[in-house]
Amino acid sequence: MTMDTNKKLAVFIASAIVLAVLPFVVGNTLGNSWVRTIDFALLYVMLALGLNIVVGFAGLLDLGFIAFYAVGAYTFALLGSPHFDIHLPFYISIPLGAGLAAMFGLLLGTPVLKLKGDYLAIVTLGFGEIVRIFMNNLNAPVNITNGPQGINLIDPIQIGGVSLGKAIEVFGFSLNPVHMYYYVFLFLTVVVVIMVYRLQHSRIGRAWVAMREDSIAAAAMGLNIRNIKLLAFALGALSGGVAGGLFATFQGFISPESFGLLESIMILAMVVLGGMGHIPGVILGAVVLTIAPEVLRDVIGPLQMHTFGKMIVDPENARMLLFGAAMVIMMLVRPEGMWPSKRRAAEFKDAKKG
Amino acid sequence: MSEVLLKIEGINKRFGGLHALSNVSLHINKGEIYGLIGPNGAGKTTMFNVLTGLYTPDEGSFTFDGNDLFRAPPHVVVNTGIARTFQNIRLFHEMTALENVMVGRHIRSKANALGAVLRNKATRDEEAEIEAKAWELLRYVGIEDVAYERAKNLSYGHQRRLEIARALATEPKLLALDEPAAGMNPSETESLKALMEKIRDGGVTVLLIEHDVKLMMGLCDRIAVLDYGKKIAEGVPEVVRKDPKVIEAYLGVAHE
Repeated sequence: MTMDTNKKLAVFIASAIVLAVLPFVVGNTLGNSWVRTIDFALLYVMLALGLNIVVGFAGLLDLGFIAFYAVGAYTFALLGSPHFDIHLPFYISIPLGAGLAAMFGLLLGTPVLKLKGDYLAIVTLGFGEIVRIFMNNLNAPVNITNGPQGINLIDPIQIGGVSLGKAIEVFGFSLNPVHMYYYVFLFLTVVVVIMVYRLQHSRIGRAWVAMREDSIAAAAMGLNIRNIKLLAFALGALSGGVAGGLFATFQGFISPESFGLLESIMILAMVVLGGMGHIPGVILGAVVLTIAPEVLRDVIGPLQMHTFGKMIVDPENARMLLFGAAMVIMMLVRPEGMWPSKRRAAEFKDAKKG
Repeated sequence: MSEVLLKIEGINKRFGGLHALSNVSLHINKGEIYGLIGPNGAGKTTMFNVLTGLYTPDEGSFTFDGNDLFRAPPHVVVNTGIARTFQNIRLFHEMTALENVMVGRHIRSKANALGAVLRNKATRDEEAEIEAKAWELLRYVGIEDVAYERAKNLSYGHQRRLEIARALATEPKLLALDEPAAGMNPSETESLKALMEKIRDGGVTVLLIEHDVKLMMGLCDRIAVLDYGKKIAEGVPEVVRKDPKVIEAYLGVAHE
């Protein structure tokens, strides 16, 4: 468990190098569409880490987390597109979207303070749907969100006069937008990881765990349960909002369709499958669940052609079937997640013993 | 010795048709060990929950150390200086003993989310102070050798002590213990008694609920007796034990 400083440093340098060259290696061997998938994996890491604050640390089941992603995305889109012809720079609209998402976190948190478990899940699910439906319908009488058509031509990020939306040449290297966004996403992902790690190992992280374990005892220790819950909702939403803003600028187009219930469930699955409350586990969960469906997409079709000479099952259906089955099996065999914290692994072990 | 620390007057608490506490008044003096006894269902734990903010009383008044705590939420009660333990131990089971006590320091520390994320000097110093204080308290109750053990794996007696350490971490003026000796053997009870006297001598007033009448008689400076939600006697142990109402309600008739 305790690594000496040298070993830690070596691991750190090795992972830094791997992460730095990753998009080029992947881009040159597998193609740039895979770099794009990795970019998305980073977005999902941010989302899953945000949801992990609420679900993993504080123990509050949230099925509407995607709403905060939507708030971040729409904030960026409305402040950086021809829709209103406002073009704020990203370093204003991303923090603004994150702040607004945090406010939505409080907005959701306040009415559900007294709710737990199933009841909380239902209310948060409704909240997620409300936000999506608002985005879908706020095009009349005043057109704010452009309704189901969504918002197009969202500004790419500009850093020092360089637009990340177009490929550029640097020292003979061709840098595609997917490469450049990778580094922006990576930077912000690292920021989010540090943020949640430090929160976890602080007075506040302890308070979340205490509340999750026994909220009455926590209250009797003087913890202000209301504030601690609201803080979890707000900080979780904050990183959701950051990811949303990045998503909008990366895609250049957003519509309410991207923010459905299925997405919320997907992010929850990343947290649970990875290892609730354990930061490395959640990161792993997000990466695996983003990449696995894409791998299946590339594998299932050719595999069938190869073995049977024809398509027997529609690849798209087979992909989701396999993916769903893998999740079911995973939860049966390893309910504590792929990479759980020691504490939670022990919890599950004790629970099995009965 | 006779300065009043906690004062409740005419407290009433009803649960539907059940009058759990009716017109109960108590005065607890600074620096004493005050015992609350009574048969099962007499309202002791209800009283306890009222005193620690978990239940809101229907009527009455509740002042503590010059602060009005009537219907105050638990975190305000703790902040004012009342800490408690639970009859059926409620530790944070998956946390270590040390972390449990560190949670108790929450209310006496103030790093916010921003401080936690930036991990500035003030936050780091505070965190070190929290941990040092937690160690000190584990030593104080005599369980520092199990600091890194998860709470659920501790022995029963250690869990009781850990709960006391966690409560002391909030720096209470009044420590309220709900049946701390329940389930303990005579030698554990004896050392618990010594711990309570140490706490009292350290300047913390102690409120005690207990079934073990013998323990209470030997330990408490003053005792109040509850029966069917009413206070039927209050005073020094020698007087209370001879009170005919007490003998009838508690020692005589209601014996199991």
